Amino acid sequence: MARKKTPGAKTPARGRKKAVEFVPRIIVFACNWCSYAGADNAGVNRIQYSPHFRVIRTMCSGRVHPSFVLRAFELGADGVLVSGCHIGDCHYIFGNERAIENFEKTKALVKTLGLEEGRIRLEWVSAAEGPRFGQVIDEFVDAVRNLGPSPIGKNGGAATGAEPRK
Amino acid sequence: MSNVEIFWKSIKSSRAYSCLECGKCTACCPVSRYNGVFSPRRVVAETIEGGGEGLISNAALWECLTCGMCEERCPMDVHFSEFMRSLRTVALDRGFSSVPSHGGVLQSLMRMMVSPTMKQDRMWWVTEDLEIESRGEILYFVGCLPYFDGLFAPDFKFKPTDIAQATVRILNAAGIQPVVDPNERCCGHDLLWSGDEKNFKMLAEQNVAAIRETGASVVVTACAECASTLRDVYPAYVGAPGFEVKHLAELVTERSGDLSFKEAAASVTFQDPCRLSRHMGLKDAPRQALDLVPGLTRVEMLHSGSNAMCCGTSAWMSCDQTSKRIQGDRLAEAEDTGADTLVTACPKCQIHFRCALSDGQTSGQPQMDIQDLSVFLASCLQR
Repeated sequence: MARKKTPGAKTPARGRKKAVEFVPRIIVFACNWCSYAGADNAGVNRIQYSPHFRVIRTMCSGRVHPSFVLRAFELGADGVLVSGCHIGDCHYIFGNERAIENFEKTKALVKTLGLEEGRIRLEWVSAAEGPRFGQVIDEFVDAVRNLGPSPIGKNGGAATGAEPRK
Repeated sequence: MSNVEIFWKSIKSSRAYSCLECGKCTACCPVSRYNGVFSPRRVVAETIEGGGEGLISNAALWECLTCGMCEERCPMDVHFSEFMRSLRTVALDRGFSSVPSHGGVLQSLMRMMVSPTMKQDRMWWVTEDLEIESRGEILYFVGCLPYFDGLFAPDFKFKPTDIAQATVRILNAAGIQPVVDPNERCCGHDLLWSGDEKNFKMLAEQNVAAIRETGASVVVTACAECASTLRDVYPAYVGAPGFEVKHLAELVTERSGDLSFKEAAASVTFQDPCRLSRHMGLKDAPRQALDLVPGLTRVEMLHSGSNAMCCGTSAWMSCDQTSKRIQGDRLAEAEDTGADTLVTACPKCQIHFRCALSDGQTSGQPQMDIQDLSVFLASCLQR
C-alpha cells in the first residue's frame, strides 16, 4: 500500500502516526466442535463484536501446542486466545484437559519471554454460546489493546518471512 | 552464484574434496547404524560428483547429528559436521527446512530472542541465597534453562533451572559472585546448526555486546553447546569477542583448591556431550571435576571420551526412531557399568535421556538417576 509521494512534499510527521488508533492483531484458536461453532452461532445471531481477530480452527483445543501460540507471537500477533469445549463436554473426552496442560507450559514460556500474561487467554465456549463468544472476544481485544503492541512483532523472526509491523 | 560455486564453498570449507571414500565415517556413524539409508560417505561422494542438488531437498541433510564421531576417525580430516551445516544454510535459502521436534517451539523462542525490542523476564530462578552481581570479572551464561523449565519440567520430572542454581552455588563456594545478565539471549547454537546463519549472527552480536557491557573477562557456562558456540564459533562470525569462555568443569578443576567436597558413596558414569568431548576436546576436565569428590566411584561406559555415543538428537530436529534407538543403546551402556547415576554436562543430553526413559518407546530401560554435572557437584559441596 505504498502511497505515491508528491515531489517536495513533507514525509508524514511521526506524531501523526501515533495518533492512529492501535489495532491489535489477535489470533484465536477455536476447536471444531464447540468454540468454532460458537463463533458461527455469534454470526448467525448477528452479534455485534470486535472484528480485530483471526480465527484458526483446530480439531481440538488439546491440539494447540505451545509452539502454535509462540509461532503466532513470532509472526507478530499481539494476543492469542485458545478456546475449546467446557470441561466435561470435550468431543474427545479429555482433549481440553490436555489444552490446560499445554496452556500452562505456554504461560511459563510467555512469562520468561517478557510478554504480559494478559496477551494469552484460555476460554471455554460451547456451540450454543454465540453471545458469549462475542463477549469473550470483546474483552480480550480490549485487554490487548490496553497492553499495546507486542514487543516481539517488530523485529523478531528476521528469517521467517514475517511481515514487519507498519 | 552458480550451484557449483555454492557447493564448492561447502566442499572447500569442510575439506570434503580430500575424501578418500574409505567409509570409516559411515562405519562409525550412530545414525547410519540404525538408518541404513544415511551414509556420510555417500553424501560427500555424491556432492563432489555434482549431486549436491539432490541432497538439498533430501531428508538425509537434516538426519546428521553433527556429533563429530566421523571427524574423529576421518584419515583426511574432513569436517563432515561443518559440511552438513554449510549445506543446510543453502537448503534453508531454497525454502527447505528441518522437521523440528516439540512442534518447533524452541526454534520460535530462539528467533523471537533476536528481536532487539524485547525485554525478557529470565531471572526468576535466582533465589535469595544465591550471590550474583550485575558487573564483574566472571559472567555466568545461563543459556535457555529458564525456557526449558516451563517446557520440560512438567513431563520429565526435573527442573532445568536447578542446573543454573547449582552452578551459581558452586561459583559462590569458590568465592566467585558471578554476573548474571538479564539481557542474555540464546547463544544461537541450534539456529546455526539448522542452517539459520542470519539469525545466529544477530544473536551472537547482541550477546557479545551485552557481555562486554558487564565488563566480564571470563564467561562460564554449564552447557556444552553454549560453551562450544561462544568459544569456537562466535569469533568466526563477530570477531574476537574479548572474553575467555570456560565450561564449568574447567573452572572447577582450576579452582579445585577453593572448593571442598564432602564424602559421597555414589557410583557415577559420565556421558560426554559431543560438543564438549569432540568439538571442544574437553574430555578430562569433567572427569577431573568428578574426581574431586572423595569416596566417589567413577566408572566408564563402553564408549567414552571422544568415542562417546551421542544423546540421539541435536538442534531440536529430526527426532525419530533412530534417535530413540541411539538413546536406548546409550542408556543400556550406562546400566551395564553398574553405576547408579548418569552424570552429563549438557542440559540437552539430560532432556533427551529423560525423554527416552519416560516416553515408553525404550521399554525395559533402567530407571537410573540422571544428573547434570553442576547439580551433582553442588549436592556434594561441603557447607
